[in-house]
Amino acid sequence: MKTRTWLKKRLVSKALDKQLDAIEKPVGSMGYDPWGFNRDTNKIAAAIFSPLFRHYFRVDTTGIERVPATGPVLLVANHSGQLPIDGVLIGYSIATRPVNPRLPRAMVERFFGTVPFLGNLLNQMGGVLGDPVNCASMLDQGEAVIVFPEGVRGSGKPWGKRYQLQHFGEGFVHLAMKYKAPIIPIGVVGCEETIPSLTSLGPLARVLGLPYVPVCFPAVLPAKVRIHFGEPLYFADDDADENEVVARTQTVKNAIEALLREGLIARKSIFF
Amino acid sequence: MPDSARGRDKTGQQAPRRKPVVLITGAAGALAQRVIENLLPRYEIVAVDFREQVYHCSGVQSYCIDINKRRFEDLFRKHDIAGVIHMGRVMSSEEPRNRRYNSNVLGTAKLFKLCEKYKVNRVIILSTFHVYGANAYNPAMLDESAPLKAAELTMDLIDSVELENLAHIYLWRCPTLNVTILRPCNIVGPGIRNTIANLLSSRVCPVLTGFSPMMQFIHVDDMAEAITLAYRKNRKGIYNVATPDWVGFQDAVNACGCLRMPIPSIPPFLARQLLALLPGNPLPPYLANYFKYPVVLDHRHFQQTFGFEPKYSLKEIFRYYRSVKH
Repeated sequence: MKTRTWLKKRLVSKALDKQLDAIEKPVGSMGYDPWGFNRDTNKIAAAIFSPLFRHYFRVDTTGIERVPATGPVLLVANHSGQLPIDGVLIGYSIATRPVNPRLPRAMVERFFGTVPFLGNLLNQMGGVLGDPVNCASMLDQGEAVIVFPEGVRGSGKPWGKRYQLQHFGEGFVHLAMKYKAPIIPIGVVGCEETIPSLTSLGPLARVLGLPYVPVCFPAVLPAKVRIHFGEPLYFADDDADENEVVARTQTVKNAIEALLREGLIARKSIFF
Repeated sequence: MPDSARGRDKTGQQAPRRKPVVLITGAAGALAQRVIENLLPRYEIVAVDFREQVYHCSGVQSYCIDINKRRFEDLFRKHDIAGVIHMGRVMSSEEPRNRRYNSNVLGTAKLFKLCEKYKVNRVIILSTFHVYGANAYNPAMLDESAPLKAAELTMDLIDSVELENLAHIYLWRCPTLNVTILRPCNIVGPGIRNTIANLLSSRVCPVLTGFSPMMQFIHVDDMAEAITLAYRKNRKGIYNVATPDWVGFQDAVNACGCLRMPIPSIPPFLARQLLALLPGNPLPPYLANYFKYPVVLDHRHFQQTFGFEPKYSLKEIFRYYRSVKH
């Protein structure tokens, strides 16, 4: 706690502090919410990510105004890059947009909870264990929720499969329908190149209880990241059968694929 | 049988109106004593504990009896017991596993049978949030319908889960018992001697490196008030009892003025071995997961049904633990 206070004092500028305080986020008397979000850790993380966002990954966003100012919304993106950098960058871009900033909650892989330090840190920054019950609670209280329907299939894929969307789970469409939440498809271009992986060491991953152990360059490369926010998709809560839900999931997947295609055509270089 | 009908003599004449009698098990505990204080103005209390006979003021008849003994039934013969508050659950830190099982499961089964036989019309069972199990994949805000996964974690918590299962059976099988099961979060405060209260009272507190799960704490006075409310407002069912405030375990340890003693958390078997070596066993190894992964309760059902509002904040609770160290 003392370390957190000290870090906040050192790292968080008054402007950032004020900006993040302006975003309403119900927390208890010790600064936590039930999912482990901590206001001060979130501010420290934002302060640390600020130079990375601006100068290292030089993130460009298009269509960010499509994220509604209030109410439940699902931000559904492609997942890549071995580490959840894409989730942090999407979250930071929405939290620091000049008009109607929000603090979205990212659904994180379940196994992160078992990793010392990292699990707690992600929760304190605003990450939430990727469980349908948690996602439902978030939408019920009107949060913006970042979802990666590919899960570890997306983040752990090797270089040869870059920008190829993996299987999408359908749970997020059910939740969007139930809570009448629009889905904003998001195409993230650039994160695939931040930690390119040749393959995963399957047996070692199984021994360590991890979803994958990538064979990759031991550093995060400064690829330029472009985040494209698409038009919102609305699905009625009409008791649709599973075939219909699969079709709606495919609609979201197609929208993300289109955003990725456009983004890849528009980009001139991986690093610039 | 309604309380009002329990005051007739053998000839059917209306006897002088007496207060309804409430049997409280585990009466020697700090929480039970507060509950007794709360109930005394309206009820006559029969206080039972297998550990010791406790002496209270007038209006309380105190006994030192093990629930499993035949003599326990004499209490039902002697007193016209209208309700039972069962707080006599032996905690995991108190007795070895087999004795706990006998007391918590077989003893509670006997208690339910007696309640049925003597037509008791109100039963409160004090359970624990431990029954949900501490699992890395637990969602936050577990409501009362969440599965009870504690038995999957360790054999040491099976008695807690089985006690609950028994209570569930009687909740549906004997509706006239009006069984209410309370699952409180961490109960702390003056006089409380459970694992978490002992840890927060100590100067040096073991913590598992890299893990600081979200926790909820309820002050013993608030918990006593919650039990009193649950008894007086007859709403059978299962309820989480927790405060709408949350804190990371390591933050709580800091706020209580404890010095943290980091224990390596991986691999898990090493952590358990090291915890077992600590003098006095302050953090039993089978509870290690509760200090790694969160078990956050949804408090709203109890709050809405009983209108319960806790009075003590986390800061007041932690201030108390800081003060006991000086």
